[in-house]
Amino acid sequence: MSVDKEQVAKIAHLARINMSDDELSRMVPELNNILDWVEQLGEVDVEGVEPMSAVIPNTLRLRADEVDADPKTGGGRRDDILANAPAAEHGFFGVPKVIE
Amino acid sequence: MTDLTKLGVKALRDGVAAGDFTAREVAERFNAAVADASALNAFITPTPEHAIAAADAVDAARAGGGDLGPMAGVPIGMKDLFATRGVQTSAASHILEGFEPPYESTISQNLWDAGAGMLGKLNLDQFAMGSSNETSHFGNVSSPWRKSGSNAAMSPGGSSGGSSSAVAARIAPAATGTDTGGSIRQPAAFAGICGIKPTYGRCSRWGTVAFASSLDQAGPMARSVTDCAIMLGAMAGYDAKDATSLKMDVPDWESALSADLKGKRVGIPREYRMDGTDDAILDSWEQGKEWLRDAGATIVDVSLPHTKYALPAYYIIAPAEASSNLARYDGVRYGLRDLPDGAGLQDMYAETREQGFGDEVKRRILIGTYVLSAGFYDAYYNQAQKVRTLVARDFEQAWGKCDLILAPTTPTASFPLGSLDDDPLTMYLNDVFAVPASLAGLPAMSVPAMLNSDGLPLGLQLVGKPFDEQSVLDAGLAMEQRAGFDHAPEKWW
Repeated sequence: MSVDKEQVAKIAHLARINMSDDELSRMVPELNNILDWVEQLGEVDVEGVEPMSAVIPNTLRLRADEVDADPKTGGGRRDDILANAPAAEHGFFGVPKVIE
Repeated sequence: MTDLTKLGVKALRDGVAAGDFTAREVAERFNAAVADASALNAFITPTPEHAIAAADAVDAARAGGGDLGPMAGVPIGMKDLFATRGVQTSAASHILEGFEPPYESTISQNLWDAGAGMLGKLNLDQFAMGSSNETSHFGNVSSPWRKSGSNAAMSPGGSSGGSSSAVAARIAPAATGTDTGGSIRQPAAFAGICGIKPTYGRCSRWGTVAFASSLDQAGPMARSVTDCAIMLGAMAGYDAKDATSLKMDVPDWESALSADLKGKRVGIPREYRMDGTDDAILDSWEQGKEWLRDAGATIVDVSLPHTKYALPAYYIIAPAEASSNLARYDGVRYGLRDLPDGAGLQDMYAETREQGFGDEVKRRILIGTYVLSAGFYDAYYNQAQKVRTLVARDFEQAWGKCDLILAPTTPTASFPLGSLDDDPLTMYLNDVFAVPASLAGLPAMSVPAMLNSDGLPLGLQLVGKPFDEQSVLDAGLAMEQRAGFDHAPEKWW
């Protein structure tokens, strides 16, 4: 399978990355080279093979049902969380108006 | 007095503990070496004050007769992918430029708790995506090594290229790295140093900027196997904040180190004899077998039939995970925001990401987005995950015949910066020998073997069973003792 410029533009939109016409044209052959190369995976007989979901057998753990069990990941850290925001306003993340 | 920059982790720690020199003297000497090596561009953000503060704490603890940690008095370089409180953590990207985490990653915290100090944040390929350290927003890193008779700047490998460059140049005794598909081992091989990626889950990923979460593992890079064993011991351990962290005791790898390999069977995978591999690399592989045999190991042939499919599977799985992980960079919560006049929220996202990501990162996000999109998910992503199961199964079957695997780390030695940047695929092939162990989550290490005819280092790779870092380190030690690799790059910076 290969992609054309229109498809690359659609993928870029899905990924929310603006791309100029030049950039899109440059990406088309680069992506197609990579896609052509990964195409060889189709040769592998995967009949009855499960897709890998965990590389090292491990079980998901439940944390203790405690508030702020680990203060690093607990609550009450609004100022820390907003410290790097490009536009923090009134204790919230500021974004352009989204509701008319 | 001894030139302290010539010493590694163990010698520095033991020297500080014995009172041969103070931790402060060590930190000052390495801070000066870092300041003097800006031509390498190995550091994005030097943090001399952090190294001094940690050293003073160690000296005070020693004066007070307190316990000293396993890394006490050792200043290290920290790959700029680990969150460090109040110190810019950029992932070598523009989108995270200026980001100062209000928290500390588990790995860096573990190292500070063990008595280490931080010389600075090390350069890397942007978001750890690259094999040559040419994708950083903060410029290329140069290897301290050069081809004999040439002044061309060489690649330190990637993505942990700042780490390999700094350790090889003796401006840091050790550094952290992260390995997603070879990013510790390949730069270690290029720079003539050691580096180990432990079993997936040994090192917490909490506070490490994510690239491909099912593959990312932190590990140490240093100039000796013993130094790697010490530092890995300080980094590893269970962390409730990482759901994939292994709930297992961390063995005392350092004290158990043994170069006696009697009874060990070392497998030589026949599929790793690939076209395009340098003759010198094949020669070093033969030499490696001899060294291990000399240490008492038995050499056996093994087959890993899906080897050739590991790299293409990786280049679906890793970008897929990256496209999902990197969706968080939206210009809202941290990092760059690019908001053109009158633009809406969607335009802000797309503009921020256009300005904030480099070409290689964009390429991988697009590939990942494509292979996960409706209609292509089964053909690409699901197929790759099935192939990944087969790659892991190859190793499981090989473990019936051997305890360890010996292979080259890379198909070639280092190359000049700029020589491969017109073709992403050729660059990807650098990791052909490193990626299978990543897909299978196995511990794997690169140890320097020799110099090639150009005077550039070559590394050999050891891969072990899950949780068996000890055998990997032991075989590494056996090779290290026999290789006697004590070459250092000539100082030009």
